[in-house]
Amino acid sequence: MIIENSISDTQPASPTFSQGVKDCVPTLLGYISIGIACGVVGVASHLSIMEVGLLAALVYAGASQFIICALLVANSPLSAIILTTFIVNLRNFLLSATLAPHFTKYSLLKNLGIGILVTDESFGVASSRLAKGESLNDKWMNGLNVTAYICWIISCVVGAMFGNWISNPEALGLDFALISMFLALLILQLQHVVSSKLKHYLSLIVYMTIAMIALSFFMPSHVAVIIATVIVATIGVVTDK
Amino acid sequence: MSIDLFTLLVIIGCALVTIIPRILPFAVVRNLTLPQPVLKWLSYVPICILTALVVQNFIIQENHSLKINWPVIIVIIPVLLIAVRTKSLSITVISGVILMAGFRFFLL
Repeated sequence: MIIENSISDTQPASPTFSQGVKDCVPTLLGYISIGIACGVVGVASHLSIMEVGLLAALVYAGASQFIICALLVANSPLSAIILTTFIVNLRNFLLSATLAPHFTKYSLLKNLGIGILVTDESFGVASSRLAKGESLNDKWMNGLNVTAYICWIISCVVGAMFGNWISNPEALGLDFALISMFLALLILQLQHVVSSKLKHYLSLIVYMTIAMIALSFFMPSHVAVIIATVIVATIGVVTDK
Repeated sequence: MSIDLFTLLVIIGCALVTIIPRILPFAVVRNLTLPQPVLKWLSYVPICILTALVVQNFIIQENHSLKINWPVIIVIIPVLLIAVRTKSLSITVISGVILMAGFRFFLL
């Protein structure tokens, strides 16, 4: 029950801003490769470098940025683009809801500052810290978030600048950086689960895989992510002894 | 360096709808104590979301049919072993990229 315990008590040495920056470094290859790809796609979708930069800075969400570019090219109406983006990013609600209880002692402004920069990756790194039984604090989280944010904007703009030269980023295997990162974060989560609980967690991974594939027959996969998570996390609570 | 008005509206609108789900829990949770079952439920979210993100990346949705991206599945297996062995984020990511590049270069 390591994960649950860490929510309420025990504060070892509180991590610093620079520790957050350091903990972000392993994820940067993911941001850089996807960011560059995002910039390339942006320019290919007739966005200016300035617009690509603005998109990265304000929307700050990889999958959505790709989808926005695709919808712009298809001349979709404003309302359709905004609605699609909303649905694609709805899972961020679950990420924030998981992290938020650890930051309740800070001011509202600090909370909003942390929440606004939460990504799949920063969530993954933060929750693997929690899985280890370590605490989270504002400085560390900001170090992690701000490093990722700056790196993402630069990568998108660089991608836009060199967009016409890099024709096929997939050939370099860079798209696989993201999947490898999610795999590693998943293993890091399991690493600190006590052995009596491991079977329970592994069964949830199996359920989750089945739920994702089954739901993806009927709905866009980004909606399936949310519904499958709600279902399987509930199974997790119900079957936990 | 131009910004089209329609594009600007799209960016601002999309920014708002991505910010809301991100900050809402942070704004709300401060004013209430979550009951134990909810905290427990939330503790299962990381493992579920991370699994979902992996699965999302190896399925291909094409007009009402579902395909499995086999090259991705094949490369996932050694990367998973590397992750289990090294428990290192950086080593896993770098070996994943190298393995995928190698796989595409030699086999596809």
